[in-house]
Amino acid sequence: MSDIILETKGLTKHYGGVHALEDADFKLERGEHVAIMGDNGAGKSTFVRQITGVEQRTRGTVTFDGQEVHFAGPLDAREAGIETVFQTLALADDLNVPDNLFLGREKTKFNWLGPFRLLDYKGMRGDTMAGLEKTGVKIPNIKNSIANMSGGQRQCVAIARTATFASKLTIMDEPTAALGVQETAQVENIVRTLKEQGESLILVSHNMRQVFDLVDRIIVFRRGRICANLDIKNGDYTGEDVVSYITGAKTGAEYEGVA
Amino acid sequence: MSDTSEGTGGLTYDKSKRQWPNELNVFAALILIVIIFEILGAIFMQQSLLFDSRDRFDSIFNEARLRIIIIQVAIIGIIAIGVTQVIITAGIDLSSGSVVGATAMIAMSFAQVAEVNGGPNPKAIFGDWALDLPVVVPVLVGLGVGMLAGIINGVLVAYSRIPPFIATLGMMLFARGVAQWWSLGNPVSFPTEGYAKIGAGMMPVIIFLSLAVLFHFIMNYTVYGKHTYAIGSNEAAARMSGINVPRHLVLVYLIAGGLAGLAAVILTSKNLTAQSGMGLSYELEAIAMAVIGGVSLFGGRGSIIGTVIGALIIGVITSGFTFLRLGAYYQEMVLGCIIVGAVALDQWQQKRAAARA
Repeated sequence: MSDIILETKGLTKHYGGVHALEDADFKLERGEHVAIMGDNGAGKSTFVRQITGVEQRTRGTVTFDGQEVHFAGPLDAREAGIETVFQTLALADDLNVPDNLFLGREKTKFNWLGPFRLLDYKGMRGDTMAGLEKTGVKIPNIKNSIANMSGGQRQCVAIARTATFASKLTIMDEPTAALGVQETAQVENIVRTLKEQGESLILVSHNMRQVFDLVDRIIVFRRGRICANLDIKNGDYTGEDVVSYITGAKTGAEYEGVA
Repeated sequence: MSDTSEGTGGLTYDKSKRQWPNELNVFAALILIVIIFEILGAIFMQQSLLFDSRDRFDSIFNEARLRIIIIQVAIIGIIAIGVTQVIITAGIDLSSGSVVGATAMIAMSFAQVAEVNGGPNPKAIFGDWALDLPVVVPVLVGLGVGMLAGIINGVLVAYSRIPPFIATLGMMLFARGVAQWWSLGNPVSFPTEGYAKIGAGMMPVIIFLSLAVLFHFIMNYTVYGKHTYAIGSNEAAARMSGINVPRHLVLVYLIAGGLAGLAAVILTSKNLTAQSGMGLSYELEAIAMAVIGGVSLFGGRGSIIGTVIGALIIGVITSGFTFLRLGAYYQEMVLGCIIVGAVALDQWQQKRAAARA
């Protein structure tokens, strides 16, 4: 076991003639929180989609937890320990909190009954409580359907999945894009909780203040390439620096000539 | 926007924030309809609909009428149990009535006796080999034909992505054609004694209620049920969560088809004959039961209990109109209004829920 949880080398994705992602070399240490920033169409989401198996890469390698991986789909990635909070919430509105947390991987009894195997509601409820407590997510009543919850609560439920399943890496794709101030604060608190618990995190975000508040390192994408790797915890970087990398006014020393 | 700071880490079960189960609304509607009929009965007929108002009997309820109310909805109710599951996946099954017709003809052909009044069965469809078969044969044939139709529906919906409305509309026409072609429009009659027992007396009601209990359990306590709701609620999320959505949809339509097949067996057993026109518009009545029972056509919401109460509402209205000696046309007008009202209510609740979130 190395201290690198995720490493990509030469990760490339072409959509026909469009080079959405070119030679992305990326490393994430265990317990590290990294933000991915960049303009729209810079390749952030494409990068995430290659790692989580939503799409198949054109070339390059992905090493997760010491092993080279080829995820056939998001499920494979999840089983390996990568939890993704998608931009569009993957929640079933008419189900309650535990049902959503365990959707597709229910705890069951009498498994010989096949599709009619029984749900272990008690076990799932217990784990849900533990997961919510761990992340500090506050839900008035977990037995209510998601449809009756606020956007922030729903986002929290989506995030609480990660804590419930003891994942090795959490990826959040703009988790607060659609949230109000208070709800954003709640999501950010959860991210801090995850940091304290040593969970690794990749955060895709446009929110400069949030990124500086939450993460150790910023990776900037521009035109499908990584153009900066900023160690904001130790280095002296300002939001303006990041903006100049995003817009292309500056390029990181080690990335000269890439974009 | 609601205050997200309330609550205590999901650790309390706040009763005040519990949701009011939709089935209670449907049940209240049933009670209301009964009360309306009781009042109308007291005014115009000087009689009670459900309670015993006759001197020579010493019972609380008018048991004969209660029996009629439930027996007349039992067979379509069985279909409605399957249709409910299809609608919860945000689908629709228009084929169940025609599947009843086709299955009735085919199953009955395997249930015929060899001898009628001392002579050979005049309606025999096949040669001697298909006469006097054990009951289990026509029952299995009936279930099999229904399930086959269901599988075809399911594969069309799940794998070729044909909208459920169109796929099952095609099956509706096709199965009705099969029913008419099977014996070239002739009825199939004279079942064995054993076969005739399946739908005799209160058997349809017993089967209907047993299936309702079974599927209530399945929908609420098994993975099958959970995934059915999940698919209807958010198909993309279900797929992303690793549910094999197409395979599950095929299973749901298969169950609906099997229940339609079973309904055909019970219906032909009860009537002692099968005709190609059997089951006409049953699909619409089954959908009506589900919709009145609070099953949302948008998927994700509804329950077997709701559908059973929906079936009872239709039963009470049908009996009530007969009781008031009003013609069947009034009854259909009222039913039409109730169906539209039920969907309007569902829409309104959805909108209110969306506004709250």
